[in-house]
Amino acid sequence: MPTLLSAWFNSHQPNLHPPSFYSLSLFRSSHPPPSPNPTLAMALSRFASSSRSGSLLKPLSSAISLRRPISTDTTPITLETSVPFTAHQCEAPSRTVQTSANELLTFFRDMALMRRMEIAADSLYKAKLIRGFCHLYDGQEAVAVGMEAALTKKDCIITAYRDHCTFMARGGTLLEVFAELMGRQAGCSRGKGGSMHFYKKDSNFYGGHGIVGAQVPLGCGLAFAQKYSKDEAVTFALYGDGAANQGQLFEALNISALWDLPAILVCENNHYGMGTAEWRAAKSPAYYKRGDYSPGLKVDGMDVLAVKQACTFAKEHALKNGPIILEMDTYRYHGHSMSDPGSTYRTRDEITGVRQERDPIERIRKLILSHDLATEKELKDIEKEVRKEVDDAIAQAKENPVPESSELFTNVYAKGLGVESFGADRKEVRATLP
Amino acid sequence: MAAIFQGVGAAATLSSSPSNSFVPKKFLTSPRRSFCVRKVPSSVVVRSDGSVNFDLNSKSRRAQQLVANAVATKADSSAASSSSNPGHELLLFEALREGLEEEMERDPCVCVMGEDVGHYGGSYKVTKDLAKKFGDLRVLDTPIAENSFTGMGIGAAMTGLRPVVEGMNMGFLLLAFNQISNNCGMLHYTSGGQFTIPIVIRGPGGVGRQLGAEHSQRLESYFQSIPGIQMVACSTPYNAKGLMKAAIRSENPVILFEHVLLYNLKERIPDEDYICNLEEAEMVRPGEHVTILTYSRMRYHVMQAAKTLVNKGYDPEVIDIRSLKPFDLYTIGNSVKKTHRVVIVEECMRTGGIGASLTAAITENFNDYLDAPIMCLSSQDVPTPYAGTLEEWTVVQPAQIVTAVEQLCQ
Repeated sequence: MPTLLSAWFNSHQPNLHPPSFYSLSLFRSSHPPPSPNPTLAMALSRFASSSRSGSLLKPLSSAISLRRPISTDTTPITLETSVPFTAHQCEAPSRTVQTSANELLTFFRDMALMRRMEIAADSLYKAKLIRGFCHLYDGQEAVAVGMEAALTKKDCIITAYRDHCTFMARGGTLLEVFAELMGRQAGCSRGKGGSMHFYKKDSNFYGGHGIVGAQVPLGCGLAFAQKYSKDEAVTFALYGDGAANQGQLFEALNISALWDLPAILVCENNHYGMGTAEWRAAKSPAYYKRGDYSPGLKVDGMDVLAVKQACTFAKEHALKNGPIILEMDTYRYHGHSMSDPGSTYRTRDEITGVRQERDPIERIRKLILSHDLATEKELKDIEKEVRKEVDDAIAQAKENPVPESSELFTNVYAKGLGVESFGADRKEVRATLP
Repeated sequence: MAAIFQGVGAAATLSSSPSNSFVPKKFLTSPRRSFCVRKVPSSVVVRSDGSVNFDLNSKSRRAQQLVANAVATKADSSAASSSSNPGHELLLFEALREGLEEEMERDPCVCVMGEDVGHYGGSYKVTKDLAKKFGDLRVLDTPIAENSFTGMGIGAAMTGLRPVVEGMNMGFLLLAFNQISNNCGMLHYTSGGQFTIPIVIRGPGGVGRQLGAEHSQRLESYFQSIPGIQMVACSTPYNAKGLMKAAIRSENPVILFEHVLLYNLKERIPDEDYICNLEEAEMVRPGEHVTILTYSRMRYHVMQAAKTLVNKGYDPEVIDIRSLKPFDLYTIGNSVKKTHRVVIVEECMRTGGIGASLTAAITENFNDYLDAPIMCLSSQDVPTPYAGTLEEWTVVQPAQIVTAVEQLCQ
């Protein structure tokens, strides 16, 4: 059986970052540079032009001028994704992506926040403040963040139970997350949903579903509603490699393709369906090809820029041509859920290997540092800030009260037709038409 | 009795399919989400005991006539009511269609999804010609994929559309049980009230004429414990149209149970816009000696038995419970307090059926008012056999109801 890492390497030609970016830091002294020296500038620029990669030029020129503060710069930076896209029945989008310093730093911050949040949830679960099922998303942050960057709030996202980070990406707050996980009133579902039932209606985030695969027909229904109301928006229905074997997926895809719905089915392939590796569960692990008549795209899900590019492409495609499948090649560091150690069906070496080679946050960190958009210290500061935010939110959530007992009976039914039912003692029967 | 049922003829007399020149992407006036709001109330409601809340005298007269004539056969009732309020006469499936059509006109968010509902016109003609009128985007023919198209209906309902999902036969909705239970029933609760699911799931169920075990299922017993859904069963053209309209307008998910053998019932219904209260039971025949609770097709077996009972000197009170979830314990309770004896006649199986739950509910709430244990007559706990004679013995027959009442009233 091939190990995960070797399989990944065999199927892709990795484009490693330009080497020796660390040597750039030698040019960035901790003392403020003296006033620009033309001779020095010429010497440096000569060095730059003789280097292999053109991307070294920019950072060098910035080393000469006064150092910029943490960048909110939006001038476009052009980069290449780590691996090319593999396409099925469509033209793959280009590997070249446009981003900016601002965007990269936002990505870093968002992913660091998500990572920190999931790790904190891990500790809370072990402290028995979170009960039941808790499925953590660390390792897969790039999918949530990249997708959100490509969409607007008019587009709908629906996912399965590994939804904490997707909820955050859609605009959820840390307090809502932790309060819901701990079953408090301030939770996004008032404490009545739990880890697997996060929803945010005003940003079109439709959850949060416990039954594997059931969210995909719901997602196609959302796409149907968007087409019905002529919203010019799309729906991203996320599912895992385990759910990819559910029949209702193919049923929903069939209907979506027949009716030309703007539905994008995104398979977050972390290679394990709970404890079962994908090669043991799926005869054909090329999930992006399983749409058969529907086009598909395989994306490196650990590269946030690739995810963003693919989602932009998919959105355009779905609005014109109907459903498309995206397969995000990603990985989860934790087990399936908190009750799964995650090491009985895979080796620790594999996990650490992926963490070293493909971690999404590390990739962005390296990009930021190599393009000199921020210093290491600044990035560490961001992480510290994020950690503090998470700790504050947890403290606030712990203070939050549990739901009132009367909440047991609220929201079972929506009030409809103006009828009040008081069981056997109802005095009056009345229905007014709405 | 034979005059009322025309067998499963509804399926046999289907219209020919429309010509094959359909436009795949034919849209009508674009239904913007902002238009999916309710209009100003404009109709009346008829209470089950005949009186009304809004003063339209013709309405109350009409209601009185309905109640008084419920004992007689259908032919009598249509003749008697033709004098006062004109109304119009139609069959039950046409009443359902009328209700659906009126709601689709009134609210552009209402759409219909199901197998063969569009071009074919519906296997029981409930959606006949609606596709021609409203287009392919509002009356959608789905492939045979109940799990996913029910899920899609629920997903669409989460955004504010009001789909009406048809199961060609209720039994097929077993395939969609996960969607109905977990997503349809529970989403309003697990999202903390963020989403309402104003979906209507309807279809014919019940024991037909030798349709075989798998096509004779009574799904109300399986769905009854799903929290968050409402279940109603229609039995006459009047309440079929009323319940259909109420179900579509309700913000809760409603499952509307129709019966395969009742589609060709004829009745005169009002021309005006009206709905029936979803949570209310219908007083079919007031009486003094015993309360007979029933719903759907068994109503007619009960009414036939009632004729015999009246001739024998008994005075049964017949209530069509209509609302299977939640039970209208108010109407039922008042009746129990009056008569002190209850017979439940249902088509579900004995184990875990609606009757079983109703027995428990009445015993819990009205035990002090009962003079005798509740008798629950249900179908036998067997798969419905094909042979006609055996099938007859699966369901409760009028003779059994008469015997049961006599036994109870000793």
